[in-house]
Amino acid sequence: METVRETLTSPIFKNNPIALQILGVCSALAVTSSLQVTLVMCVALTSVTAFSNLGVSLIRKHIPGSIRIIVQMIIIASLVIVVDQLLKAYAYGISKQLSVFVGLIITNCIVMGRAEAFAMKNPPLPSFLDGIGNGLGYSVVLISVAVVRELFGAGKLMGFDILPVVTEGGWYIPNGLLLLPPSAFFLIGGFIWILRSVKTDQVEKPDFKLSKHTVAREGV
Amino acid sequence: MEALLSLFVRSIFIENMALAFFLGMCTFLAVSKKIQAAFGLGVAVVVVLTITVPVNNLIYNYLLADGALAWAGYPDLDLSFLGLLSYIGVIAALVQILEMFLDKYVPALYNALGVFLPLITVNCAILGASLFMVERDYNFAESVVFGAGAGVGWALAIVALAGIREKLKYSDVPDGLQGLGITFIIVGLMSLGFMSFGGIDI
Repeated sequence: METVRETLTSPIFKNNPIALQILGVCSALAVTSSLQVTLVMCVALTSVTAFSNLGVSLIRKHIPGSIRIIVQMIIIASLVIVVDQLLKAYAYGISKQLSVFVGLIITNCIVMGRAEAFAMKNPPLPSFLDGIGNGLGYSVVLISVAVVRELFGAGKLMGFDILPVVTEGGWYIPNGLLLLPPSAFFLIGGFIWILRSVKTDQVEKPDFKLSKHTVAREGV
Repeated sequence: MEALLSLFVRSIFIENMALAFFLGMCTFLAVSKKIQAAFGLGVAVVVVLTITVPVNNLIYNYLLADGALAWAGYPDLDLSFLGLLSYIGVIAALVQILEMFLDKYVPALYNALGVFLPLITVNCAILGASLFMVERDYNFAESVVFGAGAGVGWALAIVALAGIREKLKYSDVPDGLQGLGITFIIVGLMSLGFMSFGGIDI
């Protein structure tokens, strides 16, 4: 039981795929300007990661080592096609907004990375949970970025007014920068900063250490 | 001709793959520590994009699009849902072929690109460019120009970032921001810089 909880929760903060493993950053930045779209993306990614881990893990003993990447690719691509078709059928507006980024789940390194690093070596159930855990770790970062961007950039959350903006007779002057793409970088940079200030063992070593200023002694 | 030139400039600067659409970020952040490595990867991406986007364009227009199989006697067939699977297959196969070709005929370039070629299969910029090509309905000539432009833009961005990061080694960054954190913020600033290209129209 303990290990189940461990596999589920460790990717959320301790071993976060975005902040620590630098996996799956691409889509993290592009889809976060509105919360609704982000939530759909998170659900899509989490389910693809979980089921691809499950699928890869089920047949892991039958996959020849030399063609494993292609086998994983095919499993992942088929799952993404299912998700893509589902979105087009039931949430057409959102699938238009996500445009190419649903398809890009295929090359999202989280999915590939977990299939290769975890599912190839572990039995199906833990792999499935690991997929969900990593999906959640990704979702935590994305959702927190999306909340900040939509709330302070447009004064809304999920399309509802939270901070009434000046142009509609309210008091809040929206910060337009947050709706522009670059703001996602600043927010994720800040998120990493906060995460690493709490968990100091994640701090990277600098290549060069600056030496302290030395006070010149009076000529002895 | 003018339209093509305009598309080329637009895909390099205004719609820069890395800085405007955030594609290929994983490799963008991971391989930008040294200028030389970044340059090698950049060249590899240009080559692969220039080949894969037109090839995927042909596959889409003559095999997958709605009614594209009319030449084979199946005018009602719409295989576009197989798109994702075909594009990634084409990319993986082309990268493999390119690797074998370079190994045999241009060993110098093969050694220079070395480890970066296999990495490119999972680079979202490559698949992303193919998907954009389909979404925007480019014809064959446009897809060649778009592929090359997107590649050059991505290469430009990664070399620029590597240059900044090489200088950054000597600066005093707060502990929590060390490494990844500060890189994100730099890329954000670069992205702001590239936004100033917006509105250029040839």
